[in-house]
Amino acid sequence: MSGLDLLLALPALGAILVIALPVSSGRATQLAIGLATVVLALSVVAEIAVMRGPGGFRWQTDAAWIAPIGVRWRLGIDSLSAPLVVLTALLTWCCLVALLRRAPECGGRRGLVTLVLLIEAGSIGTFVALDLIVFFIFFELVLIPMWFVIANWGDEHDPVGRRRAATRFLVVTVIGSALVLVAFLMLRSSTGSFDLTVIARRAAGIDHGRQIVIAALFMVGFGAKIPLWPLHFWLPDAHSKAPTVGSVLLAGVLLKLGTYGLLRFWYDAVPAGAVEVAPYLGALGVVAIVYGALACLAQTDLKRMVAYSSIGHMGFVALAISTMTPQGLAAANFANVAHGAVTGLLFFFVGGLKDRVGSSEFSVLGRGLYTRSPHLAAVFAVAAMASLGLPGLAGFWGEMLAMLSAYSPNPALPRGTYLVFMVVAGVGVVLTTAYFVAAIRRLCQGAGASDALVDVAPDEWVAWSPLMVVTVGLGVAPMALLWSADSGAALVSGVIAR
Amino acid sequence: MTQVVDWGAVAAPVCLVAGAVLALLIDAFWPRRAVGLTVAVSVAGVVAAGIATLALRHSPRVAFCQPVRLEEPMSCSWVVDHITLVWWAVVLVATGLVVLLLAPLAASGDMPPGETCFLVLCSAAGAMAVAAAHDLITLVVAMETVSLPSFALVGLRRRDRRGGEAALKFFIVSVVSTAITLLGISIVYGATGTVAAGGVAASVSSGAAIQPLIGVGLMLTLVGLGFKLAVVPFQMWVPDTYVGAPIPVAAYLSVVSKVAGLAGIAIVVVRFFPTYSDTWTPVLAVAAAITMTVGNLAALRQRHAVRLLAWSSVAQAGFLLVPLAAGGHSTDIRAIQAYAAMYAVVNIGAFSVVAAAASWGAVDVSDFAGLVRRTPALGLALGFALLCLAGLPPGVVGLVAKVVIFRSAVDGHLGWLAVVMAVNVAIGLVYYLRFITTLLRPPEELPSSAREGSPSSSEGPSSSLEGSGSSAAEVPQTLAVTRSGPTVELVAVATLVAAVALSVWPAALFQILS
Repeated sequence: MSGLDLLLALPALGAILVIALPVSSGRATQLAIGLATVVLALSVVAEIAVMRGPGGFRWQTDAAWIAPIGVRWRLGIDSLSAPLVVLTALLTWCCLVALLRRAPECGGRRGLVTLVLLIEAGSIGTFVALDLIVFFIFFELVLIPMWFVIANWGDEHDPVGRRRAATRFLVVTVIGSALVLVAFLMLRSSTGSFDLTVIARRAAGIDHGRQIVIAALFMVGFGAKIPLWPLHFWLPDAHSKAPTVGSVLLAGVLLKLGTYGLLRFWYDAVPAGAVEVAPYLGALGVVAIVYGALACLAQTDLKRMVAYSSIGHMGFVALAISTMTPQGLAAANFANVAHGAVTGLLFFFVGGLKDRVGSSEFSVLGRGLYTRSPHLAAVFAVAAMASLGLPGLAGFWGEMLAMLSAYSPNPALPRGTYLVFMVVAGVGVVLTTAYFVAAIRRLCQGAGASDALVDVAPDEWVAWSPLMVVTVGLGVAPMALLWSADSGAALVSGVIAR
Repeated sequence: MTQVVDWGAVAAPVCLVAGAVLALLIDAFWPRRAVGLTVAVSVAGVVAAGIATLALRHSPRVAFCQPVRLEEPMSCSWVVDHITLVWWAVVLVATGLVVLLLAPLAASGDMPPGETCFLVLCSAAGAMAVAAAHDLITLVVAMETVSLPSFALVGLRRRDRRGGEAALKFFIVSVVSTAITLLGISIVYGATGTVAAGGVAASVSSGAAIQPLIGVGLMLTLVGLGFKLAVVPFQMWVPDTYVGAPIPVAAYLSVVSKVAGLAGIAIVVVRFFPTYSDTWTPVLAVAAAITMTVGNLAALRQRHAVRLLAWSSVAQAGFLLVPLAAGGHSTDIRAIQAYAAMYAVVNIGAFSVVAAAASWGAVDVSDFAGLVRRTPALGLALGFALLCLAGLPPGVVGLVAKVVIFRSAVDGHLGWLAVVMAVNVAIGLVYYLRFITTLLRPPEELPSSAREGSPSSSEGPSSSLEGSGSSAAEVPQTLAVTRSGPTVELVAVATLVAAVALSVWPAALFQILS
């Protein structure tokens, strides 16, 4: 049993224990936090092992599973997946800590904790799966728990709306993942294997036209999950109806499943086909950047604004992926992790505010947060600055590197087009700055309502501070992550060069 | 000319028929203690047939052979090969479970025990014969052996007019379809001069047959079989028949009858017209796409639990057709069988819970609210079965079965069909999940829905008083139906355990088949 099996087994075991053990839900949550801590520690160990390792997949397992259709229990972790595993473990830990003192008002905390652990297991499984079908199973495993999180613990004022939002999320992503499955099966029929490492070796042998089809299927399939414009329509509703932990995990982890899948399979499995499709992805990415920013400007609800800002950030990741270069891969990976931490923090903040005020509408929230609740306002200011890409915070490097990689895309790609993309993305950065600054002014500054709000509570500090540390840490020392992405890129660039 | 019959090859269906006759006799001669014994004998018949099936697993066997013409190789009407054995296994498992589901209805006097068991086992024997049929006449006779007892089963419930109506509808549709099949077969016979599989295939491939006629004959034959499988546009009998029939009979129709239709179609296209695949693959592909889409869209609108499962089974039939549309190669057949095996287990599991719930008056999906908390075993069984049907983890076995179906479509270069399937998986999710959330809903909403449900459950007894004045003594027995028997719960739990085990170790699904 390798460390990765343990990394999957612990949350799954935790989910079973939490739902089955006859203890109070508080005790069960403590147990879950304990297990999540172990998972987090283990994921950090894995990251270190990957950093120290010679490159390639570490901690591999290879066991028979569904032999008759050629599916093996293949797991492995590399520099592309390790940071995302750590991010998943960290966000799950934060969510569980947030649930410890603040049980959901509608009750059923035990169920919610179980689902959070299941989402963790499914996400980590997706990141470390090396067999396409195992990947697919974990990819799908996340959906049902998330559906329940939104549909059962979502916005208590709108039971019909939250159900609809959850179902829309599920249906769109399931159509997407079924298309991904079709692409997987096409890969299998071309290469004779479900094993990613084998497919990567035989990638050059796949018929070119077929590679293009597969790459396009990946783009649409994972694009529904990322979500790419114009498949993003499920996201704002899902976020605005979801409970805080649901939003954090949705933005921080689930969206990454899409970008990770696209990165992994475009670069490793069908690079030649992906190069043909990449300009379209880049175009959709920059449209998403601008669209997300404009939509944010128009929002009257803070939570919806953060949701739309995710669409823009994912647009940067898509642009970085579409450059098909090692720099692009590193940028995408960095932006992924940065977005997970920053947006997770933003959603925690919005959730905290919603707990206090009862709404996330700007008009209800009022102004003058700096005076009413200085620490809370400071958290928001830091997160918003990071999200808009202020140098020195995590968001900056992802966006900057994405635009930089668009400046010099893969030689097979039309450079002029990418220069246009870069300029449009730059406009998007300006717009992003505009709406976040506007939000800070609308929310934090001014002499607003005189009612003081409860400031950040100790348990909130515990849940939020790891994300703040990551936000500042990655901003100050981006090499901590870029180093690992570099090595992954070096690994993959061999494939691209072919 | 005398035929040497290999009794080993026909032992399994013979065991079923023997069990059927014994069950009927026991009921006739010891009517007092009939129920338990009848059911036991029926199950024993199924088990014996299972043993006979297992005994054949190493070598293909044939029976009823004779040369079509002199100096030609023998042509056999009955071929038991590997594919047949898997169909037999699916049919036997499903039949055994259905007999257990019927036990409480028989015990309460709602259905006559002897006749019920007799009809089920005879019909199942017919389904086995379909899977072994190797000439068109055997196929049609076997098909009718499946259907005729089913009509009776649908209408067998005492004091129930809806059952009669459902049976009549089912009967008329089925007879029409049989007539169409017969017409098709006669055209094929006219064009090729033979009804034997090898003969038809050889004649078709050599070009000796009259080509345009062959196409017509093939299509008409498929149309008739499509009625059995409830392929759109021949699905209209399904919802009404399922709702009118006793629930275990609906389970039987949705699994065994469907498997028989599917095996029949597979046999016709693969064994009789292998070289004609340019004609039948596009037809089957379009039929599969329309069937799954119509079934799913109709299921979206259903409130009635059995009606929902009925439409869902229509949609599942669409998925089952996909590998045939992909060419029906040996991997495709294995994909169908894997899917059918999964479908058989979880669908019977779902129907068993619905049958158990019907006994306390739950009819609509909303009546199932809080089932997981009230009776966790039943609630989890239904929930897991629905997840498997939807093909989402944790119902991994359903997902793996869907994967092999998708694989057939992709390998068969049916990209468009794969995309249609992708959309359908998503549509299916909506109603399956709606049902699942109802199961999980807090039970405090239950009392109102239970009260809503109770009038419909008391409808049975009250109408029974009008319908059968002479059997007033049976009224208390009828009321006893309101408690489902332990066998129903046993079936539910058994299917749950099987589905969970297969989800942990999906390889078993394929190992059983190989």
